[in-house]
Amino acid sequence: MIKTDALIIGAGPTGLFTAHQLKLIGLDCEVVDNLDKIGGQCIELYPDKPIYDIPAVPECTGEELTNNLINQLKPFDIKFHLSERVDEVKKDGDKWTVKTNKGTSFTTPNVIIAGGVGSFEPRKFSVEGHEKFENKSILYSIRDKNIFKGKTVSIFGGGDSALDWAVELSNNCNVNLIHRRDEFRGAQATVDKVHELAKSKKINLFTKFQLKKLNGSNEIESIEIEDDDKRIVNIKTDYVLGFFGLIMQLGPIANWGLNIDKKTVEVDTEKFETNQKGIYAVGDICNYPGKLKLILSGFHEGALAARACFKLARPNEKYRFEFTTSSKAIKNRLGVKSD
Amino acid sequence: MAKITYVEHNGTNHTVDVQNGLTVMEGAVQNNIPGIDADCGGSMACATCHVYVKEDWFDKINKKNEGEDDMLDQAYEPKKNSRLSCQIIVSDDLDGLVVDMPEKQT
Repeated sequence: MIKTDALIIGAGPTGLFTAHQLKLIGLDCEVVDNLDKIGGQCIELYPDKPIYDIPAVPECTGEELTNNLINQLKPFDIKFHLSERVDEVKKDGDKWTVKTNKGTSFTTPNVIIAGGVGSFEPRKFSVEGHEKFENKSILYSIRDKNIFKGKTVSIFGGGDSALDWAVELSNNCNVNLIHRRDEFRGAQATVDKVHELAKSKKINLFTKFQLKKLNGSNEIESIEIEDDDKRIVNIKTDYVLGFFGLIMQLGPIANWGLNIDKKTVEVDTEKFETNQKGIYAVGDICNYPGKLKLILSGFHEGALAARACFKLARPNEKYRFEFTTSSKAIKNRLGVKSD
Repeated sequence: MAKITYVEHNGTNHTVDVQNGLTVMEGAVQNNIPGIDADCGGSMACATCHVYVKEDWFDKINKKNEGEDDMLDQAYEPKKNSRLSCQIIVSDDLDGLVVDMPEKQT
């Protein structure tokens, strides 16, 4: 069980700056995020898109913003738990016990939800009966490519993941690549490679087709795919892989007894605390009268939530407001020399 | 100004006036019409404002933007007449537009 003054859920810009604010006032914190990298939506959805409304930064991309925030955290020692999703938040006396899907558990007086629109999860197939094959013959990510050796694998999707795996698996599997249109959004070199492999019959390419039906009892035996003109093709296959990108799901947050309205969590505007003492929500996921879904609002909300955390983490101390320009204690924490 | 009808997957109709210059997505969100999530807020970075545009309207509205089909690949049950509603700009010409919403966005 990891003990910490505050646990932050979400490593997007708001979560990162909230971590900065906590460390600045002398609290420790740990951060959990379901993505395999730091940055949240900024890094997953729009790393290359310019943002124009970060105060004092005329223009920066999602990736640049993330890198700057990470740099700002450099003086501090903060543990990140990536590729982990918080599944459970339970009251334990005056503390919260938090558990992730990987089995990591925390005990903390403060939980700060900076979860954006929820956690990123793979988009799944929608055809009937897909659930019973999932994690067996339907997969949305690959952990061990060796299980496919000598088998027939049907890959759906048109982005880099679908194309990269089609190329890779064509070495020792029978690969079908199925996509809803005849243009691909992957890197041009990979797209060219796929067309080349399709020409030499190393990959069976089906464009303008989508999954229509799954056949099989315990494991998939065959699938039916349908094109825009309702033409149906039956394919024998051992595995079906879906690479349709990531979608955001509120997920387990809905089960923690918080007041939730339209996928957002209600908070007050003094501490950004939810209806549960010691649980805060900041950034896009919080909701209050006048809420703006801007990154700058998330920074403000995180700064205030961090001060609220101090009271519960250090009940016997008094929080003293200080400026970074003048405070010796803060400069010590930042590792910079005082004048 | 254009009257736009949003049809939920269960058949419920919502007809609202939407100002010129707004997007079809904003028209839904500002009028609290269920069925459009618009997680990314209209930056064409997700596919949760996905709608089906009736055939007779599909060719009349502005063409798909570069990259829109890339996002639609990631939508829930995309079809030939799929569009991202954040990329359809409302004008007088769109008066009477009907869009169908998918069963769900995520």
